[in-house]
Amino acid sequence: MHYHSESLIRDLSAKAQSFRIQVLKMVYNAQSGHLGGAFSVAEILTALFFHHLRLDPARPDWPERDRLLFSKGHACAMLYTVMAYRGFLPVEELMTFRQLDSRLQGHPDRVKLPGVEMCAGPLGQGVAIGVGMALALRMDQPKPSALTAPSARASRARVYVVLGDGEINAGVVWEGAMAAAKYRLGNLTAILDYNGVQQTGAVADVMPIEPVAAKWEAFGWHVQEIDGHNMGEILNALDRADEVHARPTIIIAHTTKGKGVSFMEYDNRWHGMPPNHEQYERALAELEEGLKAWQN
Amino acid sequence: MAELVLMRKAYGEALVQLGRDNPDVVVLSADVSNSDFSYMFQEAFPDRFFNVGIAEQCLVDVAVGLAYSGKIPFANSFAFLLATRALEMVRTHCCYGEANVKLMAAYGGVSDSFDGPTHHAITDIAIMRSLPNMTVVVPSDTVAVAKLLPQVADWRGPVYFRMNRNEVPVLFDHTYEPQIGKAVDVRQGRDVTLIGTGLMLSRCLEAAEILANEGIDAQVLEIHTIKPLDADAVVRAARKTGALVTAEEHNIIGGLGAAVAEVVSDAYPVPVKRVGIPDRFAETGPYAALLDRYGMAVMDVVQAARAAVAAKK
Repeated sequence: MHYHSESLIRDLSAKAQSFRIQVLKMVYNAQSGHLGGAFSVAEILTALFFHHLRLDPARPDWPERDRLLFSKGHACAMLYTVMAYRGFLPVEELMTFRQLDSRLQGHPDRVKLPGVEMCAGPLGQGVAIGVGMALALRMDQPKPSALTAPSARASRARVYVVLGDGEINAGVVWEGAMAAAKYRLGNLTAILDYNGVQQTGAVADVMPIEPVAAKWEAFGWHVQEIDGHNMGEILNALDRADEVHARPTIIIAHTTKGKGVSFMEYDNRWHGMPPNHEQYERALAELEEGLKAWQN
Repeated sequence: MAELVLMRKAYGEALVQLGRDNPDVVVLSADVSNSDFSYMFQEAFPDRFFNVGIAEQCLVDVAVGLAYSGKIPFANSFAFLLATRALEMVRTHCCYGEANVKLMAAYGGVSDSFDGPTHHAITDIAIMRSLPNMTVVVPSDTVAVAKLLPQVADWRGPVYFRMNRNEVPVLFDHTYEPQIGKAVDVRQGRDVTLIGTGLMLSRCLEAAEILANEGIDAQVLEIHTIKPLDADAVVRAARKTGALVTAEEHNIIGGLGAAVAEVVSDAYPVPVKRVGIPDRFAETGPYAALLDRYGMAVMDVVQAARAAVAAKK
């Protein structure tokens, strides 16, 4: 059951696929970067930036903005792309990715690029930093009183953390998860990009994380599981997460590493390898074919 | 003999005063608040105090999130844990990401003497000093804690504030007006300058008395801010006395001594003798005995001063 219009879902899905094409061009141009995890997170980031988050690209420091913490920083080519098309930076700047003098550093730099909420790349830290932000947002809410209606009390700003699956190998993720539950942070939502593959192999082989839903539940989180490439499911899950009070939510989004390029899917070698010319041409053709499906 | 006052209690009191004066100040703990006395802030401002449990990496990251949201977080733990276990968080987010986090490092040096080398912090100054954007402050007494802490809150950017666990001699009175980044002339002299930080400043003053009886006129300079170092004051001392001794409760590698040597080797080379722990781990024992045994006795300062004077051209 989808609560969002078919046209919205088609539009966002087409955008996500077009962003894959942009990311492919950036990584090919730089001959450096991380395609697999950028492709798997395309729909998630598109749903957040183009529909769900309350943002103002003209005011990246707007106090009432929702905070998006992109914890799986290596996939930042997709973050930069989504931010550019949302108006945070010129689209032309995207091709400076990983070049000298660029604001688009190899991993996100919050000082260089306004709109990036945290430096990332050393994995595992989005949850705990998100806890700090969610606490601060809650502290800044006016204290409830008889004179303020409930809706007027709360800062509506919320914190969203996008995590990789290999990333949750890191212990500090779970330290942060415990803290989020202790402080009953209903204004914190994590999205796990569960593409099943990390740098040297399958997540299930490198460091098994299952039963992942039960783990987060045991840590006191509200858990949803969705298809992370199904735009309708992503939008619904984000809406539902906003309605969970007094505890944090995680959306476990089942995705495909390298999504959209047949020879990259499920293959850990495409975690951090740039394509050669022939691979680039084949990947581009496949992604453009996929885009047509949404445009027809 | 100077009065002895418990530095961590002075810290707790200063923190509560800071909480009264600055509503943006919040305090975080990794479950040692009754050790470092940040519990005093918790009692005064329970809504602005967060205990994340025994999780120092999480401690720093949560502080980072609060800092990015406009708060001024004071993150409390033992010095060695902040400088080692939580180091990557400090580097990536506090320093590179410019998070305005104040790292309150309890139990600096060997001051947690009886808990042993696992709990001593003898490499923290070197580690923190090597990070771009980091400021490193080491108060010498309880007056310095009270005077410097509000400046730490107002200072833009991350600060590593390294304190002593124990009762320490009160060296200063209300006329002491330290400023972050500025050295303090504590005693004038012509023959050699003893540059002290933390508790070792009091031992420098004792050494100066002994040296005076030997006919060596030592001046004493307090460096409470190891980074950014007051290079002008160090070079002035080098020009005036022609020989320097540094004294710190830290490995002789990478700390105050190294910082001073870096400055004078560039600007005005003179003999520099470094007093500190000779690149080894200490052991469990009484605090004063550890200082004496591991290279930080008053007589170590005296001997270093003699050697520095003798090495003058």
